[in-house]
Amino acid sequence: MGDKTQLARQFIQAIPHAQELGLVLTEIGDGIAKITMPYDTKLIGDPETGVIHGGAVSALMDTCCGAAVMSHPLAPGGTATIDLRIDYMRAATPGQTITTKATCHHISRNVAFVRAVAVDDDAERPVATASGAFSVEAGF
Amino acid sequence: MSRPRPEPMQVVKQRRDAALTALVDSVPYIRFLDISFDRRGDELTGQLNFDQKLIGNPYLPAIHGGVTAAFLEVTAVMTLNWLHLWPKIEAGELDPAEMAAGKLPRQPKTIDFTVDYLRSGLPRDAYARATVARSGRRFASVRVEAWQDHKDKLFAQATGHFLMPQGGEKNDANTS
Repeated sequence: MGDKTQLARQFIQAIPHAQELGLVLTEIGDGIAKITMPYDTKLIGDPETGVIHGGAVSALMDTCCGAAVMSHPLAPGGTATIDLRIDYMRAATPGQTITTKATCHHISRNVAFVRAVAVDDDAERPVATASGAFSVEAGF
Repeated sequence: MSRPRPEPMQVVKQRRDAALTALVDSVPYIRFLDISFDRRGDELTGQLNFDQKLIGNPYLPAIHGGVTAAFLEVTAVMTLNWLHLWPKIEAGELDPAEMAAGKLPRQPKTIDFTVDYLRSGLPRDAYARATVARSGRRFASVRVEAWQDHKDKLFAQATGHFLMPQGGEKNDANTS
């Protein structure tokens, strides 16, 4: 299992867009992944308030869900998003890091099902939640 | 009784293009992803200009699923906002010069967004067009489709719901 976690970690860290967003994988293993995204002014969606664009949160969610799938003990390799739904509960507070935790709660030969939640410093009130279906690939 | 003389074409174009440019340029994240918009009358087409930093799977390579989602969402919000503001821009209630100077009306807020991934995004430019299925006083429902080489071979589609800006233009309504 250690090898798989290491492989998933390397894969995530090699993603150009993940590097561009400053994503940091803080926890991974057994179908659960945690990734943080620091606040950056280039990601602002509402110039008046400085709130991060929903699209950046989507990219964070998608990456984290993929990482959760790859770290699942029954996943043989990589994954691709089939569908992803994101619910935006509130605006993330400007200046704060966004943390996402994704859980791959079911996996079959072809499909993995994932749920994720994103929070800022106020971890009691989620910024967004996501749920999606991902493909289960043999290789990367 | 004669109808008023139509405005010269250059005046009409200049006003519309200036308003669109002001809306697009005001959002740092749109510049970060390098998304531009093409306008035909009130119809918009988003263009995601490819760059290596948009890659999500370096082995294939393919565009990041999150980038695809973001591109669709940006196109949906921009199209919705554009159609919402169009009457005010045409009536001269919104001045493109003031918009460019930072005096912008509130944007719609995303409530939920669901993306369907149909094919992997190839490492080249992508295009998207959104359709506002319904735009009410409070809520709007928008569909959006994205393609690369062939318009009839979509690589992603999405649907989303949005909360429209509430009250007068000055009203800083907050949902949270």
